[in-house]
Amino acid sequence: MPIGSPFYERTAPLCTSMNWKDWSGYYAVCSFDTIHIPEYFAFRHSAGMIDVTPLFKYRVKGKDASAFLSRVMVKNIDKLAVGRVAYLCWCNDEGKIIDDGTVMHVSENEFFVTSADPSYLWLSRFTRGFDATIEDVTDSIAGLALQGPTSREILKQCVDIDMDNLKFFGICEGKLDNIPVRVSRTGYTGDLGYEIWTENANALKLWDALMTHGKNYNITPAGLDAMDMTRIEAGLILNGADYYNASHMLIAERMSTPYELGLGWTVNLNRSNFNGQSALRRENEEGSMWATVGLDIDWSELEAVCNSYGLPPEVDGHAWRTSIPIYDNNNYNKQVGYATSGTWSPTLKKNIAIATIQKKYDVQGTRVQFEVTVEHTRHLVTAIVGPLQFFNPERKRSNPALNREINQTTLAQSIK
Amino acid sequence: MVCAAYLAKAGRKVLVLERRHVLGGAAVSEEVFPGFTFSVMSYVVSLFRPHIIRELGLAQHGYEVIPMDCTFTPSLNGDKGLARWSDAALTRREVSVFSKKDAEVYPEFSRAMTQISAFTKQVIDNNAPDITSMHPKELGNMLRLGGAMRDLGPDMMHLNTKLLTMSAVDFLDMWFESERMKAPMSVSGIIGTFQGVRSPGTAYVLLHHYMGELDGAFRSWGFSKGGTGGVSKACARAAESFGAEIRTEAPVSSIRTKNGRAVGVVLENGDELDANIVVSNADPRRTLMGMVGEDQLPEDYVTRLKRYKFRGSSGKVNLALDALPNFKCRPGEGPHLAGDITIAPSIDYLEKAYDEAKYGAYSQKPFIDMVIPSLTDPSVAPPGKHVMSCFVQYAPYHLKEGADKWPEHREAFGDTVIDTLSDYIPNLKDIILHRQVLSPWDIEQKVGLTEGNIFQGELSLEQLLFQRPVPGYADYTTPIKDLWLCGSGTHPGGGIIGSSGELSAKTILAKNAV
Repeated sequence: MPIGSPFYERTAPLCTSMNWKDWSGYYAVCSFDTIHIPEYFAFRHSAGMIDVTPLFKYRVKGKDASAFLSRVMVKNIDKLAVGRVAYLCWCNDEGKIIDDGTVMHVSENEFFVTSADPSYLWLSRFTRGFDATIEDVTDSIAGLALQGPTSREILKQCVDIDMDNLKFFGICEGKLDNIPVRVSRTGYTGDLGYEIWTENANALKLWDALMTHGKNYNITPAGLDAMDMTRIEAGLILNGADYYNASHMLIAERMSTPYELGLGWTVNLNRSNFNGQSALRRENEEGSMWATVGLDIDWSELEAVCNSYGLPPEVDGHAWRTSIPIYDNNNYNKQVGYATSGTWSPTLKKNIAIATIQKKYDVQGTRVQFEVTVEHTRHLVTAIVGPLQFFNPERKRSNPALNREINQTTLAQSIK
Repeated sequence: MVCAAYLAKAGRKVLVLERRHVLGGAAVSEEVFPGFTFSVMSYVVSLFRPHIIRELGLAQHGYEVIPMDCTFTPSLNGDKGLARWSDAALTRREVSVFSKKDAEVYPEFSRAMTQISAFTKQVIDNNAPDITSMHPKELGNMLRLGGAMRDLGPDMMHLNTKLLTMSAVDFLDMWFESERMKAPMSVSGIIGTFQGVRSPGTAYVLLHHYMGELDGAFRSWGFSKGGTGGVSKACARAAESFGAEIRTEAPVSSIRTKNGRAVGVVLENGDELDANIVVSNADPRRTLMGMVGEDQLPEDYVTRLKRYKFRGSSGKVNLALDALPNFKCRPGEGPHLAGDITIAPSIDYLEKAYDEAKYGAYSQKPFIDMVIPSLTDPSVAPPGKHVMSCFVQYAPYHLKEGADKWPEHREAFGDTVIDTLSDYIPNLKDIILHRQVLSPWDIEQKVGLTEGNIFQGELSLEQLLFQRPVPGYADYTTPIKDLWLCGSGTHPGGGIIGSSGELSAKTILAKNAV
């Protein structure tokens, strides 16, 4: 049976929909209100706040901490400066992915690691010979993600950190209304946003402070349903939906590699030994079998199918994560891949999906056939292959100081 | 702007000339008071056709509409008022307070409206059929519409006919019994017209406002990020991305003609510009009588155009607020403030408001439709402050003292609106920081909409379809060759819908006019 997170005392009365699910042993809100759409729009137009405590969290310390993490992770952590965060994944010896997460270099010889699956055992297996200790802080550190265009303004009201200079994938320690916090400019929405970490004992104070300071910026408690839509728009893959932890899979077909998942950019091949290095080097040279891509599902064709039954086109407002077969555009009997999750994107006005397809179909603009079920009957509609990242607003990476310069330049140009 | 984008997308060389410093006509966002950005005139979005958004890639050019979750009708009767939500069960509970039957008939009504909308979409997404023409293409058009009508089935066909002829109230009477439900629903039938909720034909206007779709959901209304000017800007960016050139503060004084065809325009600064065709987004009367001249036009056309009714009937009051309004019937903050708020307590109230307008006076107790977009989109007001936009009807353009006397009555009209609202919102007068009052006369002065009609001509039955704006010229043409119309004074009419622009451009391209 799941337990409540340290924020449960606040989230439970607000969750009037009673719509919860089990996220890694914690009760997690799917949507506070019966309708999750306002929570989605808060992420995109003001600020949504979501409890991310159920992420697995580890403190890695010691003078060899970076060498040890470099040994486990596909990325070279020796190059990660203090105050910076890396998004990455880790693999077994066959180069098959175990999990993905973030490594935050919080101070000299100290790192903070987040993951989707329990990782203490996996990490511990490789500490031998390193001066590095791993502490599981999953149940002692609470986390809130504050995501959306007004998130920076809210934090500026209450933290003693120079928010204008906290860059994308930066991390800083400070005080939020006298609560010791760690603020990282990270998140799972692909928008301007932050994650705020603190000891469990401070959790309720943190929640209250953010709700108070965020009031004038339309801060909105948000649930997983809203976040799922945003993460698909941002093309962020999910362990357990778009791929599976290789150490839990019975058959090789269920396992993936970083290159197949579009995470090749996180792999630093040419350096000292790390898990999966030789297998990944081989794959990098010989090419991958599969690719993870974005699909833009043709709305007009879907509308035509619905109309043929006398129905208006309807989309479920929720993201989905069921496997949907994808077929060759010239041979409807030939399955070439499968979609793993998708959503109607209210921001992009597109019906989008994340799909795993055979590598040769991974060419932007390639047409494939996507299975839809209308009135209990299967139909095919065209989908167009494109990059995974559908939504990538400028504000996600931008810094206000820099922005002012940009605005002045564009203004000057437009006057000319 | 939509027309320009389609023409540019098809590879035509397009120059857009705008009189004002901002693009968008009545769909503009302006920082009227420092820090407070208003959708000065048109204030909510729903009807914009989804295929236009797709075809022009507007989402990629900044089209962002945030749906509203609630329609709230406050009350002075000692109850909590009526709030209708996206959450169907919650709405049923709210409506049950006034009528248990109405609460349960609501889904049936929605079903009927969805079915009729499927037919109406055929009407608005295609050129108006010309019932007098025997041209095979026109006959094909008629057949297609006939087919769509037949697909409705006999019950819906009858309903559709009723919809075209009935009043909004009579139409709603077929489903609902409670005044409290019917009054706020019936107002969709009078928005922008000089008619009352009991006037025949208003049922159609009701449907016009019910055809909206946001994200595949029918009948939802939303706020454009940063105000409705955001929609205009997105269209402009799309047009520019296809190669169109846009000039602001470039008022056109006249359209140049030669041997009965348009050959260009003259700007107010004297510049003469040549063009193969001229497309005007100004209303039909302003374009033809104002920029071309009666002497250039056939007598019959002039007569009909003079009869074409504008009769603006609504005004706007935009308020900058220091805090949120506190409703007497539902005190405190809450999601009921974040959507549409309608002052429409009863059918009689609405009809009385119309009575006064019939004799040339603004309503002492008007129908008011208001929104507080800053609750959803904090970018339009300073932190903790709010903007409230109030659409007010009736404010007749033709005051009995004369339309040009509006400047003398403007502020008194504003006071009437504030007084009316204060009955519902006792703290309103204390929280107003600034106010902007726009009468229909002001709207005409500001953006050139004749008589301040928000649809470039009433959406009444005799001015729709093949009769909009003038019979025989419903296909975006005018008696002047190479002069076209693309504004909401043409089929199918306005409301940030995009259709007139789309259909005019597609007609121009199909006829290879340029």
